[in-house]
Amino acid sequence: MTPLAAYLLLAALIFAIGLAIALTRRVAILVLIGIELMLNAANLNLIAFWRFGPHPEALTGMMFAIFSIAVAAAEAAVGLGLVIAYYRHRKTTDLDAMTRMKG
Amino acid sequence: MIFGLTVAFVLVAMVTVAGAMGAAVMRNVVHCALSLTVTFAGLAILFLQLDAQFAGFAQVLVYVGAVAILVVFAILLTRGVGTSLIYVFSKQWTLGLGIAAAVFALLGWAVLKSFPVSGPVAASEVTVKDIGAALMNQYVLPLEITAVLLTVAMIGAVIVAMPEKKVKEGEQ
Repeated sequence: MTPLAAYLLLAALIFAIGLAIALTRRVAILVLIGIELMLNAANLNLIAFWRFGPHPEALTGMMFAIFSIAVAAAEAAVGLGLVIAYYRHRKTTDLDAMTRMKG
Repeated sequence: MIFGLTVAFVLVAMVTVAGAMGAAVMRNVVHCALSLTVTFAGLAILFLQLDAQFAGFAQVLVYVGAVAILVVFAILLTRGVGTSLIYVFSKQWTLGLGIAAAVFALLGWAVLKSFPVSGPVAASEVTVKDIGAALMNQYVLPLEITAVLLTVAMIGAVIVAMPEKKVKEGEQ
């Protein structure tokens, strides 16, 4: 197995675990955690392709990963803010009980 | 060497996957967040192994530092009477697990069936200075857009999470 294939398989496994967390958990914060894991797996893919690609000096994959980290941080802040706002109104973070988000 | 991979990679990969699995199956939400921190740290080490020093340390700063603390704070702020530890998985958890397994099977099949990269590539000499120069020259527009996005997201998160004081004062 080449190193690139190993890194890609590991990223696929982390992505699948993140997807499983996002699809099976009932707590809203854990769903956000699953989405963060999926974004991280994509970052690992980008860095691995940058490292083992034909033109590492072009820095394209590295830049994608850095901007992706910044956007993921913004997404985490807004998502957790939404969860806290919902909890203040309804006193729950159970996704099965979140039937409406209006008012 | 295990299957043509270095021992360091195999060890770090096992720790990373174990942390992610722990976050997936643990019942206490705080334990899930701490297990997730292990995964983030493992991914940072993997970035460092791939000669991406800047991305690795940015991962440590942003994820192991900021996001993990943010998640723990959000869990502690929203821990109420409604969250029972018994029903932590949704009713359709078998369906979700099946979808995730199918996605992993598809991705793994695609990786293993694809053409390998021709020959081993030498480690590239990319320093933080090169990254800074690229950010200031070629990628200056995306950098500015990211700065605006971060500012908007910060203001938006504060406004969304802020208690609605004016409405309550008006009612009283």
